[in-house]
Formats: sequence, structure tokens, C-alpha cells
Amino acid sequence: MGNVAIKANALVKWFGEGEAKTTAVKSASFEADFGELLYIVGPSGSGKTTLLSMISGILKPNEGSVLVEGKDIWQMKSDDIADLRLHKIGFVFQDYHLFPRLTTVENVAIPLILKKMDWNEALKVGLEYLEIVGLKDKAQLQPVKLSGGEQQRVAIARAIAGKPDILIFDEPTASLDGDTGRKIVEFVKTKILNPERCVIIVTHDSRIYEYADSIMKMEDGNIIAFERNTNAIPYMSHEK
Amino acid sequence: MSSILKIALKLLVNDRSKFIALLVGITFAVFLMIMMMSMFSGILSRSSSSVYNVGAKIWVMDPAVNNATSSIPMPDYVLSSARSINGVKYAVPIYFGNALVKLKSGAYQAVSVVGLDDATLYGRPELIEGKIEDIYAESAFIVVKDAEFKKLESPAVGTEFEINDHRGLVVGLAKVASGGLFGIPTVYTTYNRAITYIPSMRFTTSYILIEPKHESDIPFIQQQIKKLGYQALTRDQFVRKISDFYTYQTGMGMNVLMMTAISFIVGLSISGQTFYTFILENLERFGALKAIGAKGNELIKMILFQASFTALIGYGLGVGLASALMILAKLRLPSYAAQVTYTNLTFAFFMVLIMAGVSSYIGIRKVLQIQPFDIFRG
Repeated sequence: MGNVAIKANALVKWFGEGEAKTTAVKSASFEADFGELLYIVGPSGSGKTTLLSMISGILKPNEGSVLVEGKDIWQMKSDDIADLRLHKIGFVFQDYHLFPRLTTVENVAIPLILKKMDWNEALKVGLEYLEIVGLKDKAQLQPVKLSGGEQQRVAIARAIAGKPDILIFDEPTASLDGDTGRKIVEFVKTKILNPERCVIIVTHDSRIYEYADSIMKMEDGNIIAFERNTNAIPYMSHEK
Repeated sequence: MSSILKIALKLLVNDRSKFIALLVGITFAVFLMIMMMSMFSGILSRSSSSVYNVGAKIWVMDPAVNNATSSIPMPDYVLSSARSINGVKYAVPIYFGNALVKLKSGAYQAVSVVGLDDATLYGRPELIEGKIEDIYAESAFIVVKDAEFKKLESPAVGTEFEINDHRGLVVGLAKVASGGLFGIPTVYTTYNRAITYIPSMRFTTSYILIEPKHESDIPFIQQQIKKLGYQALTRDQFVRKISDFYTYQTGMGMNVLMMTAISFIVGLSISGQTFYTFILENLERFGALKAIGAKGNELIKMILFQASFTALIGYGLGVGLASALMILAKLRLPSYAAQVTYTNLTFAFFMVLIMAGVSSYIGIRKVLQIQPFDIFRG
């Protein structure tokens, strides 16, 4: 495995045609390394989510390429891209998108089940990941019975249960109070990030910038700055 | 069961209110469909009861006859001609008519009278009391002990009654394979007594029953009878003719078809709408699954499984409920004419599959349309 986890080359994405055409991302290029916590920051409408979707194999760019561990993902077939997402990329959505009718541990086991793991085995592994996020005792509860921060941690457990190389967080602190948000990001930095994993967080929450190894600023679809944070809090993950 | 289907099952059954609504919709639809079709099957079966009970292989009749109880009397020469056809082992007349019985209580009761050929008693019922030869005794009648038997005040052998102002004597009790459609008791007597007791026209033969020498003779016999201007039908053909009459010429078939269609539409509406709501509520999660790496065919499999599972459970409940109600109804009304047939079950199952298919098609379309990007955009 090389050091570069994701490489985006001159990504362009527009929506609509003619007068309705809006360019969300204008020639974005960057690299994210393993062992790095990269923030993509910027105001609403700056193209953060569109860029995130393109690099994670969810939204096809109009121009440019995305290399994940050296492979151009947009040259792959759609089922192969889905496989890549399943095996290489973990997602933590802004609203978590946990299944309310499943228990916490069943939610965590979903990526494993999609990987065709046996049900009981998947639940066993899911429980281990719930332990990592400190929610083993709430394994049999439904997500609605958990607090926002706990749900976020379940979503993280689900994202890492498939042992992805790349973890993508979409506004992880948007629905949380400041203290819980900080705790979540601190948890990610200290427990989830490791030298063989790259974590990318889309946020505009400046309170959590101190955890970032790099911060990429976007505005109007352009990357306007890419800064290394030399004072970032180091990771000390034991997971993976 | 694969793990992904287990997830689908849990998503479905853990959403109790929607799962119950889905089941109620399908169960209700299946219940109505089975009830309607079973009643219709029962009526059709009863309408041919005489044909089943007599059991002759070939029935000769006027071509205008469209059901067993509305026979058109035939002249005697038809019987003679039938007997002379090559391939006919024997041919006998049979009489079907109605009479009024005056009971000991003074009440009148309509009865169906079957007059058996005096020489052969061909088509006689199976006796459970008495001796068949007693039918030749004076004023002798054999009463069928079926659901309508009580309407004759449950007579025993030796009971006397009045039939069309003639004396009647019960000499035997019999059982038959199938009860009649019109809810009146059936009595058997000899052909000659029947035409004596019941006012009739110049011709008296309701049907001629033919036993062919060989099955292969049947087409030739039918041809020869046709040349006489009459119609010879095998038992199955006659049963089909009667069924066609009730289905297409009485409006009964159309009514049943309409009720069945309405039941289907109601069930489809409830299950389709509920399933659609279920999918809509879980749409973002399905989108999240897609984002995580679930493939389209896996999501389709999940939805098809959910729809099929609900449909099968609903089908089972609907069939069970309909059967239970029919059993209860038969306990209360012994002549209740409903019967569950394999055809009914297969048809209802097919309709339920359509419900499941349509419901899941709507869901699948919606789920395949959702893009993981929409999940990110919120």
C-alpha cells in the first residue's frame, strides 16, 4: 500500500444544462494520505459534499479522475465501484442513517452482512466494534433510544466495522452540541485514525479544527487553500 | 436464510404497525377472494349434483337444456333409437321433477323427485336404511338423508306422507355424493310412479342415460344422437354445460368476477400503499445501504423478499380465515354451499403474487432511483 490514499485530479462537476447549469466543483485536485485526518471546510454551497461524493465513488465527475490506492475508480464498472465502497471506504453520514428498526449491533453489522458474513459472526464482530466505541452495553437497544452522540458513535462503529482504508465523515458535528462534537472528533483522531487509514471530514465547524492534520478550504467550487496543521493532536489508535 | 434477507425481514416485521397493516390488507383481500370463489365453486358443484349422484356416463337431452333441473321431456322414440345405436350397452330413461309433500304437521314442503327406470333402477342412491327392492312397493319412496332431510321432519322408514295428493311411504333412507343447489329435499321413486304422481306433458323422459360398451364408442353415439336432433353429453361435458350456464347466463359468474376483482383491488391498494409508505420511510436507509456498497440486485432481493414474505403470510391467514368461517357456517347451516378448491387456492395465490409484484415494483423503482449522493445532500 502506498502512502497516498486518495488522489483527485482536476475534478469538475456541474449540474443542469444550458442556463440552469451550475458548476459545483471547478477543477479540484488534492491528495489525502494514509494516517492523515483531512478536513474539507468551507461555507454551504462551496462544493464540499459534491467533492466528497466524487472521491468516494458515489457521484461521477464530468471531468477529471479519482485514484483510490492507485486505481482510477471512475474507470470501473458500477458494481465494482460499489464493491470498492464496501471494502475500502467507510461512511458516516450527517444524519447517521441508522436503521431504527434494527438493534444497535445489527446496524453495526450491516457492512459485514453486505460482505456476505454469516449473521451470527457479523453480530459478534459488530459487538467488538461497539466495544471500541464504548457502546457494547447498548448493543440490543434500538438507535432511537440512544443520544445523538451515541448514535454518531454507532454510525462510526458501522463505518469501521468493514475495516475500510478510508473513512469519510459528512458534517459529523452538525447535529451535536459543541462538547459532544469535540468528543466525537477526538475519539476519531485518537481511536479510529491509524497509519493505514485515511479519514476525511467535511465540516464547517471551526471548533474542531485543532484535530485536523490538513485542512482543505473550498469556496465556490474551488480549493482555495490546503494547509498542513503542524500542531494537530496526534492519533493513538489501537483499532485495526 | 441469508443474512441480508434476515435484515430485510427484521426491517419489515419490526415495523409492527406497517407489517400488520400490510398483512391485514392482503389477508382481507385473500379472504374475500377465497370466500367469493368458494361460494361460486360450491354453487357450481351443487348445480351439477344430480349429474354426479346419478353417475351415468352419457346423458341424452334436448339441446336447449342448460341445467339438470330444467329438463325438456323427450319422446319415447329417442330412447328406442338410443338403444339401437351400435356401441350402446344399455340406455334407460330417468325422470326429474318437483312435487309438494304435505307433512304430518300439515306443512307443505317442495321436494325434488327422481324417477328411476323401473327395470334397472339405474342411478339409484346408496341406501343407509331399508332395501332397494322395497321401492317397488306401493307408494314407495326413498328419501335422501342430506342437509335438507330435516325439512321433511326427519322421516324414518315406514313414515307416511302425502305427495301431490297421493299417499307416499318411506321405504328407505339414502345418501348421495352431493346435495342439491336449491335447498329442497330429494326423494327417489320408480319412473312410472313419478310420472303418475307428478303432472307431466305428453313426453315424460327427462334424460336418457346411456352406458357405452367402450369409451371409444362415445363419439359415435354422440354423432348418432345428434342425427336425431338431440344431444348426448358425457358426464363431464354436461357438468361443464351447467357450469357455463350459471357462469355466463345467470350473471352469477360476472358478479363473482366483479367481487373478486374488487377484493383484489382493495387488497392491492392497501398493500401497495402501505408497502410504498414503508419503502418511503426507509428510502434514505436504502440509499445509505447503496452508499455503503449494497448493489442494486441486493436491494431488489430485499424488497422482493419483504413483499413475498408478507404476501405469503397474508395468503395463509386469508385462506385460514376463509376456511374457518366456512367450517363455522357449515356447522350452523349444513347446506352451506361453499367449497375451497385447488383452483380457487391457485387463483388467489396468483392474485397475491400480483399484489406482491406490484407492491415491490413500486418499491424497487423508488429504491433504485435514490442516489447515494442524495443521502449526502440530505
